[in-house]
Amino acid sequence: MDRYLSIEGVHMVFGASKILSGIDLTIRKGEFVTLIGHSGCGKSTLLNLVAGLLKPSAGVLILAEREIAGPGPDRGVVFQNHSLLPWLTCSENVYLAVERVFSDRRRERTRAALELVGLSHAENKYPHQISGGMKQRVGIARALAMEPKVLLLDEPFGALDALTRATLQDELMRIVARTGSTVLMVTHDVDEAVLLSDRVVMMTNGPAARIGELLPVSLPRPRERLALAHDARFMDLRAAVLEFLYRKQAHLKAA
Amino acid sequence: MGAVALRKVMPTSPPHPAARREIPVQLPVRRPPPPQWLVAAIACITGLALFTLAWAAIAKYGGRIPDPLTVSAAAAKIFADPFYSKGPNDQGIGWNVLMSLQRVGIGFGLAALVGIPLGFMIGRWKFLSDMAAPIIALLKPVSPLAWLPIGLLIFKAANPAAIYVIFICSLWPMIVNTAVGVRQIPQDYLNVARVLNLSEWKVFTKILFPAVLPYMITGVRLSIGVAWLVIVAAEMLTGGVGIGFWVWDEWNNLKVEHIMIAIFTIGIVGLLLEQALVLLARRFSYG
Repeated sequence: MDRYLSIEGVHMVFGASKILSGIDLTIRKGEFVTLIGHSGCGKSTLLNLVAGLLKPSAGVLILAEREIAGPGPDRGVVFQNHSLLPWLTCSENVYLAVERVFSDRRRERTRAALELVGLSHAENKYPHQISGGMKQRVGIARALAMEPKVLLLDEPFGALDALTRATLQDELMRIVARTGSTVLMVTHDVDEAVLLSDRVVMMTNGPAARIGELLPVSLPRPRERLALAHDARFMDLRAAVLEFLYRKQAHLKAA
Repeated sequence: MGAVALRKVMPTSPPHPAARREIPVQLPVRRPPPPQWLVAAIACITGLALFTLAWAAIAKYGGRIPDPLTVSAAAAKIFADPFYSKGPNDQGIGWNVLMSLQRVGIGFGLAALVGIPLGFMIGRWKFLSDMAAPIIALLKPVSPLAWLPIGLLIFKAANPAAIYVIFICSLWPMIVNTAVGVRQIPQDYLNVARVLNLSEWKVFTKILFPAVLPYMITGVRLSIGVAWLVIVAAEMLTGGVGIGFWVWDEWNNLKVEHIMIAIFTIGIVGLLLEQALVLLARRFSYG
């Protein structure tokens, strides 16, 4: 399946301002792709288009040979600010997603999803009783519990401190390796993009953002954060992304 | 003179050997501060004591107002048998309070039945909100008692007219607060509903209702507060059995100490209602 998720000639216009201009991108099944670019370049807009929360002004988005017409449980979304419902426990938050998709073994699936993110002990806690990192894990568990065709992550670790972020990145790599998920992730963190991805999609500055460059990351998996810190190939890939962001797309209009 | 000047300068001057030495000397002398609750309790008791003193002074020099001792003696007699009944015009204070509470309960319950769904609709649809805005803005500042003649005209009886006044005065806070609650629902929660593709029923029970509940409880609290204020005045006008009627009856009998008792009883019942709803609100707040 070389064209599992394909974005074809997508334009996005909000009122008078053009956000995205002619986006073409295909993602293979099981591939991990990150979108990176300066803030305001429309990378979250692109993710929301795939999620079905927005409709493109022109062009089509196709997932597993079906056109994306609106939001659906075949796409698991993890938001930056976790978006857990505060009046439900962790387990109930996940269950809400599970019962939408499955009619059997709902409790078991909920438990399995929480176990996958290492939160079995917190299943009866409310979101305000757990840390930011744990909330984000519950968000990931909720998305994965639906066994979606593609996992959409919108800067999922952006609001976390650096150490927690590193732990969750490692955990995400482990989970994706185990589930074989197809992932599309928005980030503005260069290390995160290179560490996690099979391909980094670099976007030009808005308005009317395009895909600037595609960078395949062929580092072998499983990837070790510490080992890669001294790895020449990792450094080169990282440098390539930095080069793109800070030389070719440096002309930021009052960031 | 020199020592005084030095002590004044020290706190602002940079680290000074003498200043540093002074701290460990002071520490053992300082007593731990009294616990917070004790200070609060003392303040509370002092306030009540001053209030009673002022009352006693006014009673002594101000003429017809009964002093605290007379009132408490009368209160002991009244509360010894709060639930006697000697015909419709002579009943214990317990019955009077319960009758008033019943009117508030019915009027308020009806207001909730009407106001909460209306508030949801007004909060959800802008057109309805724009439609309702001028009506609510016009009618909200009207004293509920102004509606009493209309109530008497429609129902031709005192009791339903009083309930109707409570209904009207409870309605506005219920509608307005519920609508505000619906408008305040974070977009994030609605996005969750969209990406999970939840059914309308699930959206309502799992997202809209719990998100709006704290606002609804605020509406309930304001409504009950206003209703309890208004019922006394409404009953004074309509008569029958009830704490407001009782106040008026005792005024006609010139039993001023009973009026004082009624004032405290109304205050305490209002306080209990408020506290009960604060506890309820705490139970349903998240975060």
